[in-house]
Amino acid sequence: MYKVVVPGDFISDEVNRAGEGTYVDEGKVYAMHYGIVNDKGEIKVVALSGKYVPTNGDIVIGKIVEISFPYWIVDIASPYEARLHNSEFAGTRRDKIEFGDMNKYLDLGDLIVAKVLNVDALMRVNLTLRDEFKIGDRGRLIEISHTKVPRVIGRSGSMIKMLKEKCNCFVFVAKNGRIWIKGRDADMNLALEVVLMISNEAHTSGLTDRVAHFLDSFKKNREGDRE
Amino acid sequence: MKEEKIELIKDGKRLDGRDFEDLRPIKIEVGVLKRADGSCYFELGNNKALAAVYGPREKHPRHLQDAKTAVVTYRYNMAPFSVDDRKRPGPDRRSVEVSKVSRESLDPVILKEYYPKTAIDVYVELLQSDAGTRTAGINAASVALAAAGIPMRDLVSSVAVGKIDGEVVLDLNAVEDNHGEADMPVAMVARTDTITMLQMDGRFTKDEFERGLKLAKKACHEIYELQRTALIEKYSKSVGEGEE
Repeated sequence: MYKVVVPGDFISDEVNRAGEGTYVDEGKVYAMHYGIVNDKGEIKVVALSGKYVPTNGDIVIGKIVEISFPYWIVDIASPYEARLHNSEFAGTRRDKIEFGDMNKYLDLGDLIVAKVLNVDALMRVNLTLRDEFKIGDRGRLIEISHTKVPRVIGRSGSMIKMLKEKCNCFVFVAKNGRIWIKGRDADMNLALEVVLMISNEAHTSGLTDRVAHFLDSFKKNREGDRE
Repeated sequence: MKEEKIELIKDGKRLDGRDFEDLRPIKIEVGVLKRADGSCYFELGNNKALAAVYGPREKHPRHLQDAKTAVVTYRYNMAPFSVDDRKRPGPDRRSVEVSKVSRESLDPVILKEYYPKTAIDVYVELLQSDAGTRTAGINAASVALAAAGIPMRDLVSSVAVGKIDGEVVLDLNAVEDNHGEADMPVAMVARTDTITMLQMDGRFTKDEFERGLKLAKKACHEIYELQRTALIEKYSKSVGEGEE
Protein backbone atom coordinates (compact mmCIF):
# COMPACT_ATOMS: atom_id res chain seq x y z
CA MET A 1 0.00 0.00 0.00
CA TYR A 2 0.95 3.62 -0.31
CA LYS A 3 2.83 5.24 2.50
CA VAL A 4 2.08 8.91 3.03
CA VAL A 5 4.77 11.15 4.46
CA VAL A 6 5.02 14.78 5.49
CA PRO A 7 8.18 16.92 5.25
CA GLY A 8 10.76 15.74 7.78
CA ASP A 9 9.50 12.17 8.09
CA PHE A 10 12.21 9.56 8.46
CA ILE A 11 12.15 7.08 5.57
CA SER A 12 15.30 4.97 5.58
CA ASP A 13 18.93 4.53 6.61
CA GLU A 14 20.06 3.62 3.11
CA VAL A 15 21.61 6.91 2.11
CA ASN A 16 22.85 5.76 -1.30
CA ARG A 17 19.30 4.95 -2.40
CA ALA A 18 18.02 8.46 -1.64
CA GLY A 19 16.30 9.88 -4.73
CA GLU A 20 13.98 12.68 -5.74
CA GLY A 21 11.83 14.30 -3.07
CA THR A 22 14.13 13.25 -0.25
CA TYR A 23 17.08 14.75 1.58
CA VAL A 24 19.85 13.28 3.68
CA ASP A 25 20.68 14.51 7.16
CA GLU A 26 23.23 12.85 9.43
CA GLY A 27 23.19 9.57 7.55
CA LYS A 28 19.42 9.25 7.31
CA VAL A 29 16.92 9.78 4.51
CA TYR A 30 14.00 12.13 5.16
CA ALA A 31 11.01 13.25 3.10
CA MET A 32 11.11 16.68 1.50
CA HIS A 33 7.53 16.70 0.28
CA TYR A 34 4.05 15.96 1.51
CA GLY A 35 3.53 12.93 -0.67
CA ILE A 36 3.79 9.22 -1.27
CA VAL A 37 6.90 7.05 -0.88
CA ASN A 38 8.05 5.04 -3.86
CA ASP A 39 10.50 2.42 -2.59
CA LYS A 40 11.33 0.63 -5.84
CA GLY A 41 15.00 1.11 -6.70
CA GLU A 42 15.68 4.66 -5.61
CA ILE A 43 13.73 5.92 -2.64
CA LYS A 44 11.53 8.70 -3.97
CA VAL A 45 8.78 10.86 -2.55
CA VAL A 46 6.14 11.77 -5.11
CA ALA A 47 4.50 15.05 -4.13
CA LEU A 48 0.70 15.23 -3.97
CA SER A 49 0.70 18.80 -5.27
CA GLY A 50 3.10 21.44 -6.51
CA LYS A 51 4.00 23.55 -9.50
CA TYR A 52 5.44 22.35 -12.79
CA VAL A 53 9.11 23.05 -13.40
CA PRO A 54 10.21 22.48 -17.00
CA THR A 55 13.09 20.14 -17.83
CA ASN A 56 14.80 19.43 -21.15
CA GLY A 57 12.76 17.32 -23.52
CA ASP A 58 9.36 17.77 -21.86
CA ILE A 59 6.42 18.06 -24.22
CA VAL A 60 4.17 20.88 -23.04
CA ILE A 61 1.07 22.74 -24.17
CA GLY A 62 1.63 26.48 -24.08
CA LYS A 63 -0.31 29.65 -24.73
CA ILE A 64 1.15 32.67 -26.49
CA VAL A 65 0.91 35.59 -24.06
CA GLU A 66 3.24 38.15 -25.58
CA ILE A 67 5.16 38.87 -28.74
CA SER A 68 8.55 40.39 -28.17
CA PHE A 69 10.61 40.27 -31.36
CA PRO A 70 12.25 37.83 -32.13
CA TYR A 71 10.48 35.72 -29.49
CA TRP A 72 7.00 34.59 -28.64
CA ILE A 73 6.51 34.50 -24.87
CA VAL A 74 4.61 31.38 -23.91
CA ASP A 75 2.74 30.54 -20.72
CA ILE A 76 3.39 26.89 -19.84
CA ALA A 77 1.43 26.62 -16.55
CA SER A 78 4.60 27.06 -14.52
CA PRO A 79 6.22 29.78 -12.39
CA TYR A 80 8.59 30.24 -15.33
CA GLU A 81 7.48 31.57 -18.69
CA ALA A 82 8.97 30.09 -21.84
CA ARG A 83 10.04 31.65 -25.12
CA LEU A 84 9.95 30.48 -28.68
CA HIS A 85 12.32 31.98 -31.24
CA ASN A 86 10.85 32.94 -34.61
CA SER A 87 13.56 30.98 -36.45
CA GLU A 88 11.56 27.91 -35.39
CA PHE A 89 9.52 28.57 -38.55
CA ALA A 90 12.56 28.55 -40.81
CA GLY A 91 12.24 24.84 -41.41
CA THR A 92 8.86 25.24 -43.07
CA ARG A 93 9.41 28.68 -44.63
CA ARG A 94 12.67 29.88 -46.08
CA ASP A 95 11.97 33.59 -45.78
CA LYS A 96 12.71 35.45 -42.57
CA ILE A 97 9.88 36.67 -40.40
CA GLU A 98 9.83 40.45 -40.30
CA PHE A 99 9.40 42.55 -37.18
CA GLY A 100 5.68 43.21 -37.44
CA ASP A 101 4.71 39.89 -38.97
CA MET A 102 5.07 37.51 -36.05
CA ASN A 103 1.36 37.56 -35.22
CA LYS A 104 0.60 36.17 -38.69
CA TYR A 105 2.28 32.93 -37.69
CA LEU A 106 1.28 32.70 -34.06
CA ASP A 107 -0.95 35.28 -32.43
CA LEU A 108 -1.74 36.10 -28.81
CA GLY A 109 -3.91 33.42 -27.23
CA ASP A 110 -2.89 30.69 -29.68
CA LEU A 111 -2.22 27.31 -28.14
CA ILE A 112 0.78 25.27 -29.20
CA VAL A 113 2.31 21.89 -28.49
CA ALA A 114 6.02 22.38 -27.98
CA LYS A 115 9.09 20.65 -26.65
CA VAL A 116 11.35 22.16 -24.03
CA LEU A 117 14.64 22.68 -25.85
CA ASN A 118 16.65 23.77 -22.82
CA VAL A 119 16.40 25.43 -19.45
CA ASP A 120 19.40 27.49 -18.37
CA ALA A 121 20.68 28.28 -14.88
CA LEU A 122 18.62 31.46 -14.77
CA MET A 123 15.50 29.39 -15.49
CA ARG A 124 15.08 30.83 -18.97
CA VAL A 125 13.10 28.28 -20.91
CA ASN A 126 13.48 27.84 -24.67
CA LEU A 127 10.91 25.91 -26.67
CA THR A 128 11.06 24.21 -30.01
CA LEU A 129 8.15 23.22 -32.22
CA ARG A 130 7.03 19.77 -33.17
CA ASP A 131 5.54 18.76 -36.53
CA GLU A 132 1.91 19.03 -35.43
CA PHE A 133 2.10 22.00 -33.16
CA LYS A 134 -0.95 24.16 -33.56
CA ILE A 135 -4.05 23.54 -31.52
CA GLY A 136 -6.83 25.02 -33.60
CA ASP A 137 -10.38 25.87 -32.69
CA ARG A 138 -11.48 22.28 -32.44
CA GLY A 139 -11.21 20.33 -29.24
CA ARG A 140 -10.95 21.28 -25.62
CA LEU A 141 -8.18 22.00 -23.20
CA ILE A 142 -8.26 20.90 -19.56
CA GLU A 143 -5.71 21.83 -16.97
CA ILE A 144 -4.93 19.48 -14.08
CA SER A 145 -2.03 19.37 -11.64
CA HIS A 146 1.13 18.12 -13.35
CA THR A 147 1.64 15.72 -10.43
CA LYS A 148 -1.35 13.75 -11.71
CA VAL A 149 -0.17 13.36 -15.31
CA PRO A 150 1.43 9.91 -14.73
CA ARG A 151 -1.93 8.58 -13.51
CA VAL A 152 -3.77 9.88 -16.58
CA ILE A 153 -1.23 8.08 -18.75
CA GLY A 154 -1.25 4.95 -16.60
CA ARG A 155 1.27 2.15 -16.35
CA SER A 156 2.91 1.88 -19.80
CA GLY A 157 0.09 3.96 -21.25
CA SER A 158 -2.79 1.69 -20.22
CA MET A 159 -5.08 4.44 -18.94
CA ILE A 160 -4.65 6.80 -21.87
CA LYS A 161 -5.13 3.94 -24.33
CA MET A 162 -8.42 2.99 -22.71
CA LEU A 163 -9.51 6.62 -22.62
CA LYS A 164 -8.86 7.04 -26.34
CA GLU A 165 -10.62 3.83 -27.33
CA LYS A 166 -13.65 3.97 -25.11
CA CYS A 167 -14.31 7.69 -25.54
CA ASN A 168 -13.52 7.64 -29.24
CA CYS A 169 -11.49 10.83 -28.87
CA PHE A 170 -8.06 12.14 -29.66
CA VAL A 171 -6.42 12.76 -26.27
CA PHE A 172 -3.05 14.43 -25.84
CA VAL A 173 -1.52 14.72 -22.38
CA ALA A 174 1.31 17.23 -21.95
CA LYS A 175 3.88 17.08 -19.17
CA ASN A 176 2.71 20.37 -17.67
CA GLY A 177 -0.74 19.05 -16.84
CA ARG A 178 -2.62 20.40 -19.84
CA ILE A 179 -4.71 17.93 -21.76
CA TRP A 180 -6.04 18.43 -25.26
CA ILE A 181 -9.14 16.45 -26.24
CA LYS A 182 -10.59 16.35 -29.74
CA GLY A 183 -13.70 14.51 -30.88
CA ARG A 184 -17.48 14.71 -31.01
CA ASP A 185 -19.14 16.86 -28.33
CA ALA A 186 -20.71 13.98 -26.40
CA ASP A 187 -17.46 12.01 -26.53
CA MET A 188 -15.49 15.00 -25.32
CA ASN A 189 -17.88 15.48 -22.41
CA LEU A 190 -17.29 11.91 -21.36
CA ALA A 191 -13.51 12.14 -21.76
CA LEU A 192 -13.50 15.35 -19.73
CA GLU A 193 -15.47 13.71 -16.95
CA VAL A 194 -13.10 10.76 -16.85
CA VAL A 195 -10.00 12.96 -16.77
CA LEU A 196 -11.40 14.95 -13.85
CA MET A 197 -12.26 11.68 -12.12
CA ILE A 198 -8.68 10.48 -12.54
CA SER A 199 -7.36 13.80 -11.28
CA ASN A 200 -9.58 13.74 -8.17
CA GLU A 201 -8.79 10.14 -7.31
CA ALA A 202 -5.21 10.12 -8.56
CA HIS A 203 -3.68 8.61 -5.44
CA THR A 204 -6.18 5.76 -4.95
CA SER A 205 -5.40 2.18 -5.90
CA GLY A 206 -7.29 0.19 -8.51
CA LEU A 207 -8.10 3.36 -10.39
CA THR A 208 -7.72 1.89 -13.88
CA ASP A 209 -10.31 -0.79 -13.09
CA ARG A 210 -12.71 1.74 -11.65
CA VAL A 211 -12.39 3.97 -14.70
CA ALA A 212 -12.99 0.98 -16.97
CA HIS A 213 -16.08 0.07 -14.97
CA PHE A 214 -17.33 3.65 -15.13
CA LEU A 215 -16.86 3.81 -18.90
CA ASP A 216 -18.59 0.45 -19.47
CA SER A 217 -21.61 1.35 -17.36
CA PHE A 218 -21.83 4.69 -19.13
CA LYS A 219 -21.86 2.98 -22.50
CA LYS A 220 -24.56 0.56 -21.40
CA ASN A 221 -26.73 3.43 -20.23
CA ARG A 222 -26.34 5.21 -23.52
CA GLU A 223 -27.30 2.12 -25.50
CA GLY A 224 -30.22 1.60 -23.14
CA ASP A 225 -31.47 5.12 -23.90
CA ARG A 226 -31.54 4.41 -27.60
CA GLU A 227 -33.75 1.35 -27.34
CA MET B 1 -3.09 54.20 36.77
CA LYS B 2 -4.60 51.75 39.16
CA GLU B 3 -5.36 48.24 38.08
CA GLU B 4 -7.47 45.82 39.95
CA LYS B 5 -5.59 42.65 40.76
CA ILE B 6 -7.09 39.61 39.12
CA GLU B 7 -6.48 36.24 40.64
CA LEU B 8 -5.31 34.09 37.74
CA ILE B 9 -4.84 30.84 39.63
CA LYS B 10 -7.54 29.41 41.89
CA ASP B 11 -7.10 26.10 43.74
CA GLY B 12 -4.15 25.14 41.54
CA LYS B 13 -6.18 25.56 38.35
CA ARG B 14 -6.22 28.36 35.80
CA LEU B 15 -9.27 30.51 35.07
CA ASP B 16 -10.37 28.30 32.16
CA GLY B 17 -9.88 25.17 34.27
CA ARG B 18 -6.59 24.10 32.73
CA ASP B 19 -3.55 22.78 34.58
CA PHE B 20 -0.29 24.71 34.27
CA GLU B 21 1.03 22.47 31.50
CA ASP B 22 -2.15 22.10 29.43
CA LEU B 23 -2.61 23.32 25.88
CA ARG B 24 -5.93 24.70 24.73
CA PRO B 25 -7.91 22.37 22.45
CA ILE B 26 -6.55 22.28 18.89
CA LYS B 27 -8.37 21.65 15.65
CA ILE B 28 -6.63 21.46 12.27
CA GLU B 29 -8.19 21.24 8.83
CA VAL B 30 -6.18 20.98 5.62
CA GLY B 31 -7.18 22.23 2.17
CA VAL B 32 -10.06 24.51 3.15
CA LEU B 33 -9.53 27.07 0.37
CA LYS B 34 -10.14 25.97 -3.18
CA ARG B 35 -8.22 28.68 -5.03
CA ALA B 36 -5.10 28.59 -2.86
CA ASP B 37 -2.27 26.20 -3.72
CA GLY B 38 -2.25 25.10 -0.09
CA SER B 39 -4.36 26.09 2.88
CA CYS B 40 -5.04 25.26 6.51
CA TYR B 41 -7.50 26.26 9.21
CA PHE B 42 -6.09 26.13 12.71
CA GLU B 43 -7.96 26.55 15.99
CA LEU B 44 -6.19 26.97 19.30
CA GLY B 45 -8.86 27.46 21.93
CA ASN B 46 -10.61 30.65 20.90
CA ASN B 47 -7.98 31.54 18.29
CA LYS B 48 -9.06 30.93 14.74
CA ALA B 49 -6.38 31.24 12.07
CA LEU B 50 -6.69 30.70 8.35
CA ALA B 51 -3.51 30.28 6.28
CA ALA B 52 -3.28 30.35 2.48
CA VAL B 53 -0.16 29.65 0.44
CA TYR B 54 0.26 30.72 -3.17
CA GLY B 55 3.18 29.71 -5.30
CA PRO B 56 5.86 29.16 -6.22
CA ARG B 57 4.77 31.77 -8.76
CA GLU B 58 6.44 34.51 -10.75
CA LYS B 59 7.79 37.22 -8.45
CA HIS B 60 6.69 40.76 -9.23
CA PRO B 61 8.11 43.36 -9.42
CA ARG B 62 11.08 41.79 -11.19
CA HIS B 63 13.81 43.55 -9.21
CA LEU B 64 12.66 41.73 -6.06
CA GLN B 65 13.42 38.36 -7.65
CA ASP B 66 16.36 36.38 -6.34
CA ALA B 67 18.30 34.58 -9.08
CA LYS B 68 19.22 31.78 -6.71
CA THR B 69 16.19 31.15 -4.50
CA ALA B 70 12.50 31.74 -4.06
CA VAL B 71 11.40 34.76 -2.04
CA VAL B 72 9.05 34.04 0.84
CA THR B 73 6.55 36.68 1.94
CA TYR B 74 4.33 36.35 5.00
CA ARG B 75 1.36 38.50 5.84
CA TYR B 76 -0.14 38.27 9.30
CA ASN B 77 -3.44 40.10 9.53
CA MET B 78 -6.05 40.40 12.24
CA ALA B 79 -9.65 40.79 11.16
CA PRO B 80 -11.32 43.94 12.53
CA PHE B 81 -13.84 41.71 14.33
CA SER B 82 -11.24 39.35 15.81
CA VAL B 83 -10.97 41.21 19.13
CA ASP B 84 -13.37 42.86 21.61
CA ASP B 85 -12.53 46.43 20.64
CA ARG B 86 -12.65 46.70 16.88
CA LYS B 87 -9.15 46.48 15.43
CA ARG B 88 -8.44 49.23 12.95
CA PRO B 89 -8.01 47.36 9.67
CA GLY B 90 -4.72 47.23 7.81
CA PRO B 91 -1.11 46.68 8.74
CA ASP B 92 0.19 48.38 11.86
CA ARG B 93 3.45 48.34 13.78
CA ARG B 94 2.55 45.13 15.59
CA SER B 95 1.38 43.10 12.60
CA VAL B 96 4.42 44.14 10.55
CA GLU B 97 6.62 42.80 13.32
CA VAL B 98 4.63 39.58 13.71
CA SER B 99 4.77 39.04 9.95
CA LYS B 100 8.53 39.44 9.97
CA VAL B 101 9.27 37.07 12.85
CA SER B 102 6.77 34.50 11.55
CA ARG B 103 8.37 34.52 8.12
CA GLU B 104 11.78 34.07 9.70
CA SER B 105 10.49 31.18 11.79
CA LEU B 106 9.46 29.28 8.63
CA ASP B 107 12.31 30.42 6.38
CA PRO B 108 14.91 27.88 7.57
CA VAL B 109 12.78 24.83 6.71
CA ILE B 110 11.70 25.90 3.21
CA LEU B 111 14.02 24.57 0.48
CA LYS B 112 13.87 27.78 -1.50
CA GLU B 113 16.71 26.93 -3.89
CA TYR B 114 14.42 24.54 -5.79
CA TYR B 115 12.43 27.43 -7.22
CA PRO B 116 14.80 30.29 -8.13
CA LYS B 117 13.30 33.66 -9.14
CA THR B 118 9.86 32.81 -7.77
CA ALA B 119 7.65 34.03 -4.95
CA ILE B 120 6.07 31.91 -2.24
CA ASP B 121 3.34 34.00 -0.62
CA VAL B 122 1.85 33.08 2.73
CA TYR B 123 -1.25 34.88 3.97
CA VAL B 124 -2.47 34.33 7.51
CA GLU B 125 -5.80 35.81 8.60
CA LEU B 126 -6.88 35.79 12.23
CA LEU B 127 -10.65 35.52 12.40
CA GLN B 128 -10.79 35.35 16.16
CA SER B 129 -8.08 36.17 18.61
CA ASP B 130 -7.39 35.15 22.21
CA ALA B 131 -3.61 35.54 22.74
CA GLY B 132 -1.03 33.37 21.05
CA THR B 133 -2.22 34.25 17.56
CA ARG B 134 1.26 34.36 16.06
CA THR B 135 1.88 30.79 17.18
CA ALA B 136 -1.47 29.68 15.74
CA GLY B 137 -0.58 31.48 12.51
CA ILE B 138 2.82 29.78 12.24
CA ASN B 139 1.29 26.35 12.87
CA ALA B 140 -1.34 26.97 10.20
CA ALA B 141 1.17 28.36 7.70
CA SER B 142 3.52 25.42 8.15
CA VAL B 143 0.77 22.91 7.33
CA ALA B 144 -0.46 25.03 4.41
CA LEU B 145 3.07 25.16 2.95
CA ALA B 146 3.33 21.38 3.06
CA ALA B 147 -0.12 21.04 1.48
CA ALA B 148 0.96 23.36 -1.34
CA GLY B 149 3.66 20.83 -2.25
CA ILE B 150 6.51 23.14 -1.37
CA PRO B 151 9.77 21.29 -0.63
CA MET B 152 10.58 21.60 3.06
CA ARG B 153 13.04 20.06 5.48
CA ASP B 154 10.48 19.82 8.30
CA LEU B 155 7.23 21.17 9.67
CA VAL B 156 7.43 24.04 12.17
CA SER B 157 5.40 23.96 15.36
CA SER B 158 4.86 26.87 17.69
CA VAL B 159 3.47 27.60 21.15
CA ALA B 160 3.78 30.25 23.86
CA VAL B 161 4.70 29.93 27.53
CA GLY B 162 4.20 32.60 30.17
CA LYS B 163 4.19 33.47 33.82
CA ILE B 164 1.02 34.16 35.79
CA ASP B 165 0.80 34.69 39.55
CA GLY B 166 4.45 33.61 39.78
CA GLU B 167 3.92 30.29 38.04
CA VAL B 168 5.34 29.21 34.67
CA VAL B 169 2.42 28.04 32.52
CA LEU B 170 1.86 26.89 28.97
CA ASP B 171 -0.17 28.61 26.24
CA LEU B 172 -1.58 31.82 27.79
CA ASN B 173 -5.07 33.03 26.92
CA ALA B 174 -5.95 36.71 26.60
CA VAL B 175 -6.77 37.34 30.27
CA GLU B 176 -3.61 35.61 31.42
CA ASP B 177 -1.57 37.48 28.84
CA ASN B 178 -2.94 40.88 29.86
CA HIS B 179 -2.58 40.37 33.59
CA GLY B 180 0.37 38.00 33.69
CA GLU B 181 4.03 38.77 34.24
CA ALA B 182 5.59 37.29 31.10
CA ASP B 183 4.78 35.85 27.68
CA MET B 184 7.24 33.94 25.49
CA PRO B 185 6.24 32.61 22.07
CA VAL B 186 8.49 29.84 20.71
CA ALA B 187 8.61 28.23 17.26
CA MET B 188 10.65 25.15 16.61
CA VAL B 189 11.32 22.13 14.44
CA ALA B 190 10.09 19.24 16.55
CA ARG B 191 12.28 16.55 14.97
CA THR B 192 15.59 18.27 15.66
CA ASP B 193 14.55 20.53 18.56
CA THR B 194 15.82 23.51 16.55
CA ILE B 195 14.35 26.80 17.71
CA THR B 196 13.42 29.07 14.80
CA MET B 197 11.71 31.84 16.75
CA LEU B 198 11.91 32.96 20.34
CA GLN B 199 10.52 36.19 21.71
CA MET B 200 9.88 37.35 25.24
CA ASP B 201 7.68 40.02 26.72
CA GLY B 202 8.04 40.57 30.47
CA ARG B 203 10.50 38.96 32.84
CA PHE B 204 11.59 35.40 33.60
CA THR B 205 14.39 34.38 35.94
CA LYS B 206 16.99 32.14 34.32
CA ASP B 207 15.46 29.13 36.02
CA GLU B 208 11.93 30.06 34.93
CA PHE B 209 13.12 30.62 31.38
CA GLU B 210 14.63 27.17 31.23
CA ARG B 211 11.54 25.55 32.70
CA GLY B 212 9.36 27.50 30.25
CA LEU B 213 11.44 26.47 27.27
CA LYS B 214 11.22 22.84 28.33
CA LEU B 215 7.43 23.15 28.58
CA ALA B 216 7.28 24.76 25.14
CA LYS B 217 9.41 22.02 23.60
CA LYS B 218 7.15 19.32 24.96
CA ALA B 219 4.05 21.12 23.69
CA CYS B 220 5.61 21.67 20.24
CA HIS B 221 6.08 17.92 19.94
CA GLU B 222 2.38 17.45 20.73
CA ILE B 223 1.37 20.06 18.16
CA TYR B 224 3.71 18.53 15.58
CA GLU B 225 1.94 15.18 15.92
CA LEU B 226 -1.43 16.90 15.40
CA GLN B 227 -0.16 18.73 12.31
CA ARG B 228 1.24 15.53 10.87
CA THR B 229 -1.95 13.58 11.57
CA ALA B 230 -4.07 16.30 9.96
CA LEU B 231 -2.05 16.11 6.73
CA ILE B 232 -2.10 12.33 6.61
CA GLU B 233 -5.81 12.14 7.40
CA LYS B 234 -6.58 14.58 4.63
CA TYR B 235 -5.02 12.10 2.26
CA SER B 236 -6.82 9.02 3.59
CA LYS B 237 -10.11 10.93 3.57
CA SER B 238 -9.81 11.64 -0.13
CA VAL B 239 -9.06 7.95 -0.68
CA GLY B 240 -12.34 7.14 1.03
CA GLU B 241 -14.26 9.52 -1.20
CA GLY B 242 -12.70 7.93 -4.23
CA GLU B 243 -13.93 4.51 -3.30
CA GLU B 244 -17.61 5.39 -3.17
